[in-house]
Amino acid sequence: MLAVENLEVVYEDVVLVLKGVTLEVPRGEVVALLGANGAGKTTLLRALTGLLGVHRGSITKGSVTLDGAAIDHLDAPHIVAAGIGQVMEGRRIFAEFTVEENLRIGAHTAGRAAVQSGLDRAYMLFPALANRRTQLAGYLSGGEQQMLAIGRALMTEPAYLLLDEPSLGLAPLMVRRIRDLIGEINLQGTSILLVEQNAAMALSVASHGYVLETGKIVMDKPAAVLREDEDIREFYLGLRDEGAASFRAVKHYKRRKRWLS
Amino acid sequence: MDELIASVVRGLGIGSTYALLGVGFVIIYRATKVINFAQPALMILGGYFTSLFATRAGLPFPVAVVAAMVAVAAIGALCERVALRPMVGEPPFAAAMVTVGVFIVLLIVAFRLIGTQVLTVGDPWGLSRTSVLGVSVAQVDIAKIVISLVAIGVIGVFLARSRLGLAMRATALDQEVALAQGVDVGRIFGLSWAIAGALAALAGMLIGTASGGIEATTALVALKALPVIILGGLDSIKGSVYAGLLIGVAESLTRTYQPEHAPFLGANFDVVVPYVIMMAVLMVRPYGLFGTPEVQRV
Ligand SMILES: Nc1ncnc2c1ncn2[C@@H]1O[C@H](COP(=O)(O)OP(=O)(O)OP(=O)(O)O)[C@@H](O)[C@H]1O
Ligand SMILES: [Mg+2]
Repeated sequence: MLAVENLEVVYEDVVLVLKGVTLEVPRGEVVALLGANGAGKTTLLRALTGLLGVHRGSITKGSVTLDGAAIDHLDAPHIVAAGIGQVMEGRRIFAEFTVEENLRIGAHTAGRAAVQSGLDRAYMLFPALANRRTQLAGYLSGGEQQMLAIGRALMTEPAYLLLDEPSLGLAPLMVRRIRDLIGEINLQGTSILLVEQNAAMALSVASHGYVLETGKIVMDKPAAVLREDEDIREFYLGLRDEGAASFRAVKHYKRRKRWLS
Repeated sequence: MDELIASVVRGLGIGSTYALLGVGFVIIYRATKVINFAQPALMILGGYFTSLFATRAGLPFPVAVVAAMVAVAAIGALCERVALRPMVGEPPFAAAMVTVGVFIVLLIVAFRLIGTQVLTVGDPWGLSRTSVLGVSVAQVDIAKIVISLVAIGVIGVFLARSRLGLAMRATALDQEVALAQGVDVGRIFGLSWAIAGALAALAGMLIGTASGGIEATTALVALKALPVIILGGLDSIKGSVYAGLLIGVAESLTRTYQPEHAPFLGANFDVVVPYVIMMAVLMVRPYGLFGTPEVQRV
């Protein structure tokens, strides 16, 4: 289990962004983390993967444990080696590398033997990448780049995969494919923490969901319950029972509404 | 015609050592975005160690060269670890200033070690000559060209093919993403300094061959690598090679023909030629011949 307990994160020694976050990703599950812009989702992932330092952030309180062992003091390479892979926000593939080089760099901490099996697996999961392996990754479409980013993260065969808004900027069809792929990767044995603003997508594949708002977890429920939750439906799914007549009012309300205020 | 060919070969010889120095700059720049002003001192130490191992310890020359490269690579990596690593996250300009400090420290060490001697590196070429296309040229010039280009070629293949080379390129493109893939970025910084150190040591050896010899002040020769990297583009290995050879040849041709054909430019005009070329090219292409336009200058 990947567990975050009472985590506080500060940027530049002054900006308190996570204010005591507690969250669990049990083995074998897909867990969704929802939250509006600036809620601190990416910050949480940075804290989990040892990337806070790059952004002048640091953990000031709380703990991160992987199967009971503290990992919050580890640097990024050791966290990757411990079995946590990630797909960063905005894909962040190496546009100047070929598709295959992007995958190979993902296997940096894996043994030499793992590279070939990782490549085979990636091309099996993403056939679109297989016949473009020598092409520069910058020329791939947005959806293909997202697949490449996921494939790259899978090269180390991580026990846990953290995904930061994989649906961002993709058309509905592609979002559905990414969703299906997440389900498939999970079935193959990888536990997943799925950060999303697209609640419909995230809750349709997750078993459990958290809602993060300005650095605090404000909801922590099974995905099935969240799917039916009034506030979630309204706030993230854009659904409201009164119908579309008061859409403007809804938007206004949506913008102002905060669960914690 | 013979005079021309001989002059060009001499220029390619010296130019290839500039290229070696330039590639060292580029490798450190790409990994860390820092211009390493300590490179000339690493070069002079390379000449010193080659001399020490070959002439005083009596090792076979090739062994002495490799040992000197390893020694200077270690010094380079150590400098990075001690002086530059704490600067990670600081502006590149501040880090470049630190390399000036490293340069001064290493140069003082070199002056202590070398004193007022002129060291020979114990190379096997001496003043012997060989014939290329019927023209008599110095063996040492051929050796400079071949050894430099082979060394740079090896680095190129390493970067293109190997796992660590891929990690170095990834670090050059995006440090955070490289970290997220599990690349120990700090180790890559150290490695880039080690490679630059090894190449500088090789350049030091080549400059000290034949009639050259190594003095403490030979370090100044390495300043010519600055026009080379600026001309070639700070981030292009290929650019460094072409620019190094170009400047070497231009310098050599000037030395051969200028006293006769343009005496009004004065004696030793060839010394300023690299800088003249650099300024001329920068007026047309501000990012150098091969540089990426958005590369930031220090
Ligand atoms: N390096 C930084 N220094 C200071 N503040 C930062 C830094 N990075 C992020 N923040 C702040 O932390 C807060 C949370 O940012 P974060 O990127 O974690 O949000 P997010 O939930 O991922 O948002 P989004 O959905 O837009 O990606 C924001 O208010 C942001 O301005
Ligand atoms: Mg984010």
